Amino acid sequence: MSAKLKYDVIVVGAGPAGLAAAIVLAKAGVRVIVIERGRFPGSKNVMGGVFYSDCMKGIVDEFPGDAPVERHVIDQRIWILDQDSSVGFNHKNELFNKKPYNCHTVFRAKLDKWLAGEAEKAGALIINSTVVKEPLLKNGKVIGVKTDRPQGNVFANCVIAADGVNSLFAKSLGLRKKIEPDTVAIAVKEVIGLDEQVINDRFNVKSSEGVTIEMTGSYFNGEAMAFLYTNKKSLSLGVGMVLKDVISHKINPNDLIEQLKEHPSVAPFIEGGQTKEFLAHLIPEGGYKAMPKLVGNGVMIAGDAAMMVDAIHREGSNLAITSGKLAAETYLEVSRQGDFSEKSLSLYVKKLQDSFVMKDLKKYKGVPRLLQTNKNLLLHYPKLLNQAAFEMLKVDGISKKEKEKIIWKNVKQEIGIGHLVRDLFKLWRNMG
Amino acid sequence: MRLEDKLYLDGYKTDETGGSHLVIKDTSVCDSCELKQCLFVCACAVYELNENTGLIEINYAACVECGTCRIACDNIDWRYPRGGFGIAYKFG
Repeated sequence: MSAKLKYDVIVVGAGPAGLAAAIVLAKAGVRVIVIERGRFPGSKNVMGGVFYSDCMKGIVDEFPGDAPVERHVIDQRIWILDQDSSVGFNHKNELFNKKPYNCHTVFRAKLDKWLAGEAEKAGALIINSTVVKEPLLKNGKVIGVKTDRPQGNVFANCVIAADGVNSLFAKSLGLRKKIEPDTVAIAVKEVIGLDEQVINDRFNVKSSEGVTIEMTGSYFNGEAMAFLYTNKKSLSLGVGMVLKDVISHKINPNDLIEQLKEHPSVAPFIEGGQTKEFLAHLIPEGGYKAMPKLVGNGVMIAGDAAMMVDAIHREGSNLAITSGKLAAETYLEVSRQGDFSEKSLSLYVKKLQDSFVMKDLKKYKGVPRLLQTNKNLLLHYPKLLNQAAFEMLKVDGISKKEKEKIIWKNVKQEIGIGHLVRDLFKLWRNMG
Repeated sequence: MRLEDKLYLDGYKTDETGGSHLVIKDTSVCDSCELKQCLFVCACAVYELNENTGLIEINYAACVECGTCRIACDNIDWRYPRGGFGIAYKFG
């Protein structure tokens, strides 16, 4: 790179947020460079695997089009796990079988690479294998970035930091404090190869149709969330736990996924499968209250770097894409005045607040703390639910009336009526 | 399935010349650290206690750059590997 490389906008990180921003900017004729530390876009990127289509409006003409997606999801299941049992429900809908599909399972190493190709087609420059080391500042304004290439300084009017959950860029600017262990979850995942027809049979779907299963409950002491998603010729099995809990219980994340594989409700689905890849990644789950400052002089923060994950609804990449898009639109608006100060860029925050991104994050702002301070919600209730289901379904000569009494006795013993009412109230206040 | 076998499936390009992107800032802090959370929080078991020397050894080649250790412990100088090095997922 030359000593005086100047662009209109520098995007740090070729993930959904950064690439969405790059596409919108490049389409508007803005000179944009995306700097990615991996060998190719997507090579460092991980998620469970559900990608929502709606956020792609305004990014590409048609989605999925030729994008590398696995299966469109038509059946979503939720399981509440106890030690050797589960209670579940699902929603399968033929409307999910109609285009445009609501969501697909995806592999990020493939999807992000494709999205980067779209950005290049729009006119953005993607530079791989390059680490952004720190921001370049002049009079308190970000004027560019220093990379790990020789003579690797790049200059721009504005930087969009989309460098993911570890967000070292935002940290170096003082836009966020240290990330605390109670605001991130460590998730591990395995991609388990399995014959396509076997997947279709086990999940009761046709070849392009997909199923997602989300799991929680007392199986992991009520502290983990797990998932099992169908890809074309593989399954994505994963489990995540808030890092604070991992530390306090001295848990190894790899042990969690091994334990999950053993569960009698999970084991038959993955039987005979062969692990193809093992992955680990942090999920920013701190929510609204843990978000950094979203703008500074000459800089905006988008996606995971800004803690934009709605863990309740398993949404993240759509928030990332939307935030990247809004950051780009903000740039386009303020560039008419040529003012990239923090005050001017705060239009980005306004746009986010007017969108579902901040509205959803705000709605669930109390949930991370609620779950951290009320461990019984995902421990005692799932256990009781499984016990109750077993009791009602087991035929053993005891009358249903008597069984109801047994169930209530269990509830009173485990939780108490007062606590039950209080917990319901807390849930309603934080989720309703 | 053993962790070693799982990690063998992943694609890495190890930075042999640049060395470890993970460094313990002050080993005396580890000596007095009772919890030694680095030894269990890492999904890839990058940190290992050498029983003979009492020092924590870092197998940085197995790191998938998730950042868990960085948030779990303040005594780790955590950087990204040099551009193009480290984990390269096939699926992601």
